Amino acid sequence: MKILFDGIDEPGLGTLEVYERRGGYQPLRKALGSSTEEILNQISESEIRGRGGAGFQMGKKASFLPHGHMEKYLVCNADESEPGTFKDRELMQKNPHLLIEGIVISAYATEISSAFIYIRGEYAHQADILEAAVAEARDAGYVGERILDSDFSLTLVVHRGAGAYICGEETGLLDSLEGKRGSPRLKPPFPAIEGLYHGPTLINNVETLCAVPHIIRMGGEEYAKIGTEGSTGTKLVSVSGDVQRPGNYEVDLGIPSRQLIYDLAGGPPDGREVKFWFPGGSSAPVLTADDLDVPYDFDSLSKAGSMLGSGAIIVVDDSHSVLEVAMKVAKFYAHESCGKCAPCREGTNWTVKMLERIQSGEATPMDLDIMASVQEQIIGNCLCVLGDAMAMPIGSMVEKFRDELEAEIEAARERAEAAPLEGVIPLGVADEHAGPMPVH
Amino acid sequence: VPRFGHGSRVPGWDEAVDLEKPPAPVPDPTTTPVPDELRIAIEEAMAKYPDRRSAVMPALHAAQQVHGWCSPEAFEQVAAVMQVTPAYLISVATFYDMYKMRPQPVNDVFVCTNISCSLLGADEFLEEMKAAAGDGAYVRSSECLGACDIAPMASVNGEYVGPLEQGDAEKIMEDLRAGRPVLEDKQLRYRRCADPGVAEGAEEWSPPPAQKARADTAGLGEGDTVDRPGGTAAIEVPREQADEDDQ
Repeated sequence: MKILFDGIDEPGLGTLEVYERRGGYQPLRKALGSSTEEILNQISESEIRGRGGAGFQMGKKASFLPHGHMEKYLVCNADESEPGTFKDRELMQKNPHLLIEGIVISAYATEISSAFIYIRGEYAHQADILEAAVAEARDAGYVGERILDSDFSLTLVVHRGAGAYICGEETGLLDSLEGKRGSPRLKPPFPAIEGLYHGPTLINNVETLCAVPHIIRMGGEEYAKIGTEGSTGTKLVSVSGDVQRPGNYEVDLGIPSRQLIYDLAGGPPDGREVKFWFPGGSSAPVLTADDLDVPYDFDSLSKAGSMLGSGAIIVVDDSHSVLEVAMKVAKFYAHESCGKCAPCREGTNWTVKMLERIQSGEATPMDLDIMASVQEQIIGNCLCVLGDAMAMPIGSMVEKFRDELEAEIEAARERAEAAPLEGVIPLGVADEHAGPMPVH
Repeated sequence: VPRFGHGSRVPGWDEAVDLEKPPAPVPDPTTTPVPDELRIAIEEAMAKYPDRRSAVMPALHAAQQVHGWCSPEAFEQVAAVMQVTPAYLISVATFYDMYKMRPQPVNDVFVCTNISCSLLGADEFLEEMKAAAGDGAYVRSSECLGACDIAPMASVNGEYVGPLEQGDAEKIMEDLRAGRPVLEDKQLRYRRCADPGVAEGAEEWSPPPAQKARADTAGLGEGDTVDRPGGTAAIEVPREQADEDDQ
C-alpha cells in the first residue's frame, strides 16, 4: 500500500498547486476544525512509532508535553545521517509540502507556535526545495500568523546543519540548533520536558511527521489497521549495498524481509549470495542469510536480536569479508564520536586499532575476546547511543563470524611473517658505512 | 605515527596561536569592516531565532560563501555582527565537517566512502578522483551522504552524482573546467523512485505533462528553469535522446 509514496514521482508535486490538486492541505483544514485533544487522540490511536530509529510511539511522546500555551517547540529531525538511510531525502525532495503539513498539524495538536526543520548541511538541494515550499505555504496562509483564519499561528524555520552525525541524536541536535557544538545532553530531563531553549520540545523524524496528514485523513484507527499489531502503518525502507535495484520502497510493516531484499530490490548480483545484512542502518546488529524470513517490523526484528532502526537495509554479499565492513563501521563511529563520554570516545578508537591489528597480522585470537568485551563496556555507559551504535554491530559480527575473523587473523599473520620487514638489516650483515648509534 | 609541530599527533594545534596574546574580545562592530551582503545575511538569520546564537551556523555558512573558507577575518566579521567572541565561533566551526578551516580549491568533490558505497568500489574511485583532480578541486572522502541508491556516489559542489564508474573522475573534472552541470545524466535530482508500485499509481494521477517530467520543481512556476544552469533533461532519459525529443 502506498501512502507516503503515493504519486511521489508526479511532475511538480513539490509545488503547492499540484499538491493541493491531489488533496493536499485538506487534512490541515480538517484538523483546524477539530479540537487539539481530538487530533492528539487520532495520532495516539494510530499507534505510529517513530521512524527515526528509537521507535517510540509518537502519540505518547506528544502527550508528555505540558499542556497550555508556553514557549514550546517542535523540531523536525531531518539530519538523516545514519549510513544506508536515504528515505527522508526522497520525501523532502519530491514532496516538501507533505512534511510542512505534517509539522503544522502536529504543532496544532500540541499547541506549539514555533517549529524548526533541522536538515543536514549536505542536503543543500533538498533544503532549497524546503525553503521554497515554506515560502509558498506562508504566502498561501498555511504557515505563519492565524493559519487559515483560525487562532492558531506557527513560525517555521529551515535550519541547515554542517556535517555531524551526532546532530541526528535528539539532544545533540538541540545543542546544535542553539548554536553550540552538537554534544548530547544528560537525560532526563527529556526534551519533552526541557529541550530547545529550555522549553518543552517535541522532536520527530521527517517520515513520522509526513505520516501525520495521512493519519488525520484516514483516521487513527484506520491507519492502525495497516501493518501488524505493535508496528502499525507503512514504512519507507532504503535498500542498498549488494543488491540489483537499490532504492526506497514503501511497504506495510510485517512483510518478510526476503521479499524486500529479493523481490523488490532484486537480491544480490547473479551468482552471489547474501552473507549478512544490516536491517536498520549501520547501528543495527547484523543478521545472516538464515534470518531472511524474519518479518520486517519492530518487534520481530528485536526478537531476532537486531532492530528496525531507521529502516535501512544494507546487504553484503559473499564477495566481501566481514573485516572490511567491520572496519568501515568502526572508523565511521570513531570519526563521528563527539568525544564527550570516555567509553565511546576511547572505545570506538580502540576498536579501530584492534581491527587494524587484525589486518596487519599482529592480532591473536584472544583479541576477539578483548574486542567483544570493549563493546560490552560501551553499551549503556554513555549519554547517548552513538557508542552503542558501534558496539552492537561490531559485537554481532565478532559473535556470528568468529571463525572467519580467526582465519583472517591467521592468514594476515602468515602474510606478515612472509613479508620482509622494511629497513631492518639482517643479522650478521655489517654495514660498514653505518656510524655509531645516533644520540638524540 | 605521523608527528606534527612539537611532536604532537594533532596537526595545527600550535599554528596561528600566540600564547602571549590575551584572548580575542568581542570585536567592535563600529571598527570592523563587514561586507554588506554578509552583514545582511547574518542579521536576517539572527532575526529568525528566539536566541541570536542559534544563527551561528547559518552565519558561518554565509561567511564561508563570501571568503571561500573560515578565515580569521571571516570569524572576526561574524563575531562583530553577532557580538560573540571569535573563540566561540571557532569552537563551533571545528566541530562540523563542512566548515573549511584552511583555504581549499574552489570546487568541492566529496566522495562517499561509507559502507554501501565502499562495497561497490568507492575507495578505488576516491583514488581515481584524487589523481584526476590534482589542484583543481578539493577532494576528500566523506561519511554517508544519504544517497546509497546511487552508490558509489559523490557530491560535486553540492550536486549528488552516481552511480560512478571508472572514467567518471575525468568527466567530472572536464565538466567543472568547462563550467557545465556535472555528469548531468547521473544527477540524483532526475532519478525516479525505485519502488515499482509508485510508477503504476502515478499514471492514474498525472495529467499529460505540459513539459518534460521534472521531479524538482518546488516553488517554481511553469517554464521556470532558474534552479539550475543547462538544458532540462527528462528523468532517466539520456541527454542525446532528450535533445532528439525536443526537436
